[in-house]
Amino acid sequence: MRAGSKASAAALAQGVRAGDKRSLARALSLLIDEAPDADILIQKFFSDSGRAQKIGLSGPPGTGKSTLCGRLIAHFRGLGLRVGVLAVDPTSPLTGGAFLGDRLRVQEHVSDPGVFMRSLGSRGMVGGVSQTIFGAIHALEAAGFSKIIVETVGTGQDEVTIAKVADTVAYVTTPQLGDEIQAMKAGVMEIGDVFVVNKADLGGKDKAVSDLRSALALGRGPEKKPWEPPVVAVSAATGEGVPELGKILEDHWRHLMGSGEGRARRSAQHKEELSLYISRRLYRKALDRITDEDLERMLDHRSDPVAVARRILKPVRG
Amino acid sequence: MVTEKKTYRVLIAKPGLDGHDRGAKVIVRALRDAGFEVIYTGIRQTPEMIAEAALQEDVDAVGLSLLSGAHMTLFPQVAGLLKKKGMKGVLLFGGGIIPDEDVPALKKKGVHQVFGPGTPLSSIVGYLQENLPRARGK
Repeated sequence: MRAGSKASAAALAQGVRAGDKRSLARALSLLIDEAPDADILIQKFFSDSGRAQKIGLSGPPGTGKSTLCGRLIAHFRGLGLRVGVLAVDPTSPLTGGAFLGDRLRVQEHVSDPGVFMRSLGSRGMVGGVSQTIFGAIHALEAAGFSKIIVETVGTGQDEVTIAKVADTVAYVTTPQLGDEIQAMKAGVMEIGDVFVVNKADLGGKDKAVSDLRSALALGRGPEKKPWEPPVVAVSAATGEGVPELGKILEDHWRHLMGSGEGRARRSAQHKEELSLYISRRLYRKALDRITDEDLERMLDHRSDPVAVARRILKPVRG
Repeated sequence: MVTEKKTYRVLIAKPGLDGHDRGAKVIVRALRDAGFEVIYTGIRQTPEMIAEAALQEDVDAVGLSLLSGAHMTLFPQVAGLLKKKGMKGVLLFGGGIIPDEDVPALKKKGVHQVFGPGTPLSSIVGYLQENLPRARGK
């Protein structure tokens, strides 16, 4: 049975490479659901990794990431580039359900053969993406998209996993979301390769841009770094500033390719992927070892959490 | 000890020119709270846009909400396009202002279930919970 499954995963991988959208959609489901064949797919797809620019769109809820994503799709399509999108929205920790609402803002591109979009629930992962994000990216890479946009859940102040997933992080904010003091805080303000002040049509954009610039300038030493994160005002609603943002994203990609930084980032991404893969499997294996008897013993105070956990972890620790 | 249930994915869509989406949003909310991953297309979708979204999202079910009276045209078109795109195991259901006498014809044209006005949300949730595991077993 496993042999047959291996063959069907291979056929699916072939379909993905050939540009068949149905195969890509199926492959993504297997990867996202961590189906038994997911490992085979990752192994088949991995050789294509690292060619596409992975652009992370991150920022607080309601800053217009999805609308901006639609604009960027149009921008890249105008340049003749194929675009894949992975958009993550939060999964309820209470019910496991999710409302994946990012597609609504991008629907006009749905029938463009050069665009593919998939919505993902965060499924228990804290940090802005999902546990299986790398597998999903590998599928889009194998399908030959040259720009892959990863839109995170609306983030708080310290959800920065996207920095270990994407090559270029565009951190999206809006006017009136806080002053220079907010912009000086650790966390998300450290991960942007470009800072986008969206909703520039609303007014207050100049103050927001200058607050961000001056907060960023505080960390600048005497030597000029090869890449200083620019700040750009954009209106995803009207399209104002989108070509400028597009150019910055391209400049950053060139910077990564032309310096050791691209390789360093990919290495950090591989490390993060390994960390997610290993922790996920070890965690599951360990939890599988909890027995009803363990719980009974704890209920009667014949054992304690440390003793049970140590016994469970022993063989895993090896 | 850890049993991870499969998370089913449902696309809720509004075909045609009708912009009344309160009902669709109520369904989205009920399905979300019942543990589904729900994708909403928004209003004014063509059957092609809906079928393509269903394909890319690889959903297990598609729910159409329509109050304009165009269901006899638009629902079967979505059913046909889903089939054409190779999505045979997908459960297609619809709701809105749909007269009882239209239901048999819709079912004949590939709509698996129709929920008329006043249907309790629990019936829709229950229908999906009961039928999705079977439909996906293809």
